[in-house]
Amino acid sequence: MATLDYSSVKPQKPWRLDSKQLALNSGIFIIAILLTPVLLNITALNGKLGGAFIFIVLATAGNILLSVIRQGVKTISTSIAASLIYVATGLVLLPLASVLITVIMRGKDAIRFNTLTQDMRFSQPDAAFTEGGALHAILGTVEIVLIASIICVPLGILTALYLTEIKGRFENLVRFLVQAMSGVPSIVAGLFIYSVLIVTLGAKYSAFAGALALSILMLPTVARTSEEVLKLIPNDLREAGVALGATQWRTVAMVVVPAAKSGILTAVILGVARVAGETAPLLLTILGNTSTHLNPFDGPVAALPLYTFSLMKTGLEVAVNRAWGGALILLTLVLILFITARLLSGKKR
Amino acid sequence: MTATLTEYTGVIPEKRQITNKPRFSDKVFRFIVTSGGFTSLIILGLIALFLLLRGLPVIKDMGFGFITGFEWNPGDPENGVPVKFGIGAMLIGTIVVAVIGLIMALPIAVGTALFLTYYAPEGVKKPLTIAVDLMAAIPSVIYGLWGFFVLMSHAVYWEKLIHKYLGFIPFFKMQAPVYERSPFIAGIVVGIMIIPIITAISREVFSQVPLDRIQAAYALGATKWTMIRSVVLPFGSSGVAGGAMLGLGRAMGETIAIYLVLNIYFSPNFQVLFSAGGNVASLIVSKFGEAGEYELRGLMAAGLILFIVTLIVNFLSNAIVKRTSRTGK
Repeated sequence: MATLDYSSVKPQKPWRLDSKQLALNSGIFIIAILLTPVLLNITALNGKLGGAFIFIVLATAGNILLSVIRQGVKTISTSIAASLIYVATGLVLLPLASVLITVIMRGKDAIRFNTLTQDMRFSQPDAAFTEGGALHAILGTVEIVLIASIICVPLGILTALYLTEIKGRFENLVRFLVQAMSGVPSIVAGLFIYSVLIVTLGAKYSAFAGALALSILMLPTVARTSEEVLKLIPNDLREAGVALGATQWRTVAMVVVPAAKSGILTAVILGVARVAGETAPLLLTILGNTSTHLNPFDGPVAALPLYTFSLMKTGLEVAVNRAWGGALILLTLVLILFITARLLSGKKR
Repeated sequence: MTATLTEYTGVIPEKRQITNKPRFSDKVFRFIVTSGGFTSLIILGLIALFLLLRGLPVIKDMGFGFITGFEWNPGDPENGVPVKFGIGAMLIGTIVVAVIGLIMALPIAVGTALFLTYYAPEGVKKPLTIAVDLMAAIPSVIYGLWGFFVLMSHAVYWEKLIHKYLGFIPFFKMQAPVYERSPFIAGIVVGIMIIPIITAISREVFSQVPLDRIQAAYALGATKWTMIRSVVLPFGSSGVAGGAMLGLGRAMGETIAIYLVLNIYFSPNFQVLFSAGGNVASLIVSKFGEAGEYELRGLMAAGLILFIVTLIVNFLSNAIVKRTSRTGK
């Protein structure tokens, strides 16, 4: 009996396009690109977005036509759906790209060396870019976020430990409340701290008040992310700790938390990234300031989002450009935090 | 040669008591962790309590009119102008903007989630997921800035087109040709801000669709779209609904972006292209600076209403999402 020679059998992939079909596909795209300016002149549409719109319609129609010719009319819903799904993805990326590019292009003119070394104490909002800067705002943001982390991180980790280690009677209730808390509007958090600290207790606007408001917003993020991480720690580790005679406290403190260290750090960074750009609660709790003010318990402080917001509200052209500069610094800060969190959580798996 | 066993003469320790009672250290540990776990309950309770205490006089004075009234007037006792606080127009505006945002965001977010789960090539999946997550990380003040200076001019043009061709629909009528700073534009900005949340939740639900059902659909001759229509969408629909509600809750609480983009105006406006609207959160920001003591109490009451509304929306959406992920249906 002759044996089959499997080495000569190649897997067949009938769905894969051959070179001729690929050429046709890209041909459609090229035709769409070429026709776009023509149609742009004929129709009422204009501008970059009008062009993008025409291009999307043309390319989609071309692709649908092509697949109908190839596979028959019956598959028309499939190809229409596929095109729409591609277009939806494009529509997500369009605003993201637009936001990032605008912030960088408009913000970079307002960034000078003195932006990072001076504050606005002696400068009008519409002074030249070589004068004044965002130092007070940067320091304020760092200060507020640090205090918020000091307040919120222990509480967030305790909440996560309650959900994963103790698993008490109220586990579901606590999880539900943490989720509900993540939906608290930021302005409500600011209003709450304002009514407690500044109205009821008579304290001044201060970095501490701002930090309290931000820690309300930060807590759910830290708690939920830490919970996810602690859930991933294998139960064997806990059992091994207990089997060696350790109490639960020793097991958690010496085995479980150290094992989840980088994950918990990621949770903290994500929490910081969530609140670093909040404006509304700070508006009610730190008020804003034009000079550097470091005492966290006494007197108004500046912060980057607030700096951007108040400069934009002046409406003066130079001040608005300065606001874009503030937005660029803020965006850079958030991006650094975001990338760090990504790298930390990526390394683990 | 064998070693002789000498008799043990020391003290034989008593048998250890076997017990499952926690040690003292564990009791302390459990107490601390449990009380830490209740932080969220305490904070939520305190928020409700303090806003209620501060806002109660205004709610009492205004009665039901606080919710249904359309006027926000701190009054002028010398000239006999009565104090009137009503957030009806702002509540309507909150819903109008949030719904416009949701209508924009939902199809795009679901499409992106489908793309990420079923269409994207392996190399594209990860960067695209990161890009969508990044969208959630961009601060709302930047979205507001972008919405005002970049989006506005384009959006006004679309608004004119919509008004020209769909103007017969009551929502698209205009009382005056002022298109800037309309609920429509604010809705787009908010829609962009809630796309990442809806995408993330939809993607999670879509990735839980049992593989055997997908393969069964393919084996019966389904194409990719017919498979999605008959397996993925029915399976994921309630999860997507939960995600949409979560996005709605976010959109209702959005403050700074809306304050920057929208023209706040105290009258109910359903003409979404016309430059007037509002939102409870942006009302608080806009009136906070110049408010007197009694008006501040009014703002606290408005904050309380906002808090309660978003809490209810959030509870509902979490319940829906949770039900999907538990039963898998």
